[in-house]
Amino acid sequence: MKLKLAGIVLIGLLPFGLFAQEEDLLSLIENDSTADSTIAYAEASFKTTRVVNGHSLENTHAGVLDFKITHRFGEISTGLYEMFGLDQASIRIGFDYGITERLMVGLGRSSWNKTYDGFLKYKLLRQSSGAKNMPVTVVWFSGMYVNSLDWAEPDRENYFSSRIDYAHQLIVGRKFTEGLTIQLMPSLVHRNLVESSDIANDVYALGVAGRQKITKRIAINAEYFYVFPDQIQSIYKNSLSLGLAVETGGHVFQVMVTNSTAMTENGFIAQNTGDWMDGDLRFGFNISRVFTLVKPKELKTSDADW
Amino acid sequence: MRLFILTTLLLLQTAVFAQGKWFTRTGHISFYSSTPVEDIEARNSSAASVLDQSTGQIQFSVDIKSFMFEKALMQEHFNENYMESDEFPQATFKGKIVNIDAVDWSSVGDYNVTVKGDLTIHGETQTVESSGVIRITADGGFKAKTEFNVAPSDYKINIPELVSEKIAKEITVKVKADYKPLKR
Repeated sequence: MKLKLAGIVLIGLLPFGLFAQEEDLLSLIENDSTADSTIAYAEASFKTTRVVNGHSLENTHAGVLDFKITHRFGEISTGLYEMFGLDQASIRIGFDYGITERLMVGLGRSSWNKTYDGFLKYKLLRQSSGAKNMPVTVVWFSGMYVNSLDWAEPDRENYFSSRIDYAHQLIVGRKFTEGLTIQLMPSLVHRNLVESSDIANDVYALGVAGRQKITKRIAINAEYFYVFPDQIQSIYKNSLSLGLAVETGGHVFQVMVTNSTAMTENGFIAQNTGDWMDGDLRFGFNISRVFTLVKPKELKTSDADW
Repeated sequence: MRLFILTTLLLLQTAVFAQGKWFTRTGHISFYSSTPVEDIEARNSSAASVLDQSTGQIQFSVDIKSFMFEKALMQEHFNENYMESDEFPQATFKGKIVNIDAVDWSSVGDYNVTVKGDLTIHGETQTVESSGVIRITADGGFKAKTEFNVAPSDYKINIPELVSEKIAKEITVKVKADYKPLKR
């Protein structure tokens, strides 16, 4: 009997003994599986909103303005006299702005065809894990481009609508690993005015792009746009670009080799003259500088005592 | 009958234990880095914590990705480049209020306490000690707060030369939590 009593007391005391040791207190409140109650969106799939010329699946965050200065130099094959193309430059200056985490808008002005451009970019789906599992990010992109060159034939009747091109794109991509992101970009470029009646107003293309990080802050980016046959003249070539993106905190510097002069979709998809096979390559760079215009509301209140 | 006594004994203890425990899922953790070049602040209000009143054991857990920065890109880089949040999603603290007896749970007021334990950030664990305050409130609940410094280098958080003058060598961490009784 004594032994049994001792046994009972011992068993009764056992939890105390366990208690004195390190106990996982936090497990007591993990009953509702907190790990799966939040949605973890894939972030930083690209260092910036462009791969090289084309858009990446990333937008700027809500309230953030991204000021972009982009240059494409002349053909490297022009040699030392033209400093391998550096004496000429095609330039675009533009702004991207995140209205919400999903919606970004942008404006720009390019020297190529003295083009004004504006675009909307909306994240239809966002890659996520946790409470909501979504394998890919899907982005809708629509841009409008206004050529402001003087009319080639000012004496005839010219319409403003003739100056306008459009581009629509679906960007479907996935951040496969911390370093690797790949995306596909089915694209449509519509030109209100084309050179002759046997040339298509609508140009369909499929882009593919990717990035592979080589360090935390440096990535290799590549981008290719395949234009489906029998749509544009044979002088126009598919755009192929290879670049390096270097992030230094608030700036992203991209340097690249590309066969495209234009930095707008109507240009580098549908009117791209450079031919890799002929060595019509150009150096170029993109500089991105971000400014936070609207602070998140969580940080607006004072971090008061208690 | 014996089985009954035994079971009752065991159940009784469990019930008693749960009474002495308090928790929060909305603990505030913020940190501040101050240099002549730039002041950086990040906030989080979803830290989980459990405190065992009887033993003084206290634990915290916080998702690194839920820290909010003023600059969204800074937040992205914090997770991507510094904390490597995909690999190390949480920071935890497991320790003890060493002078828990100093707190009179039945009388309203502020009590100075000392917390000691293991802080794990970026997969690295360091023993830390900090002084804090437990405030017993009139409604019978209590709040706790503390403030301490951490050095990123102690947790193998690599800060490159390029940005080293923008990020302080010592980061001030503030913790505030409003505890509710844990019932189960």
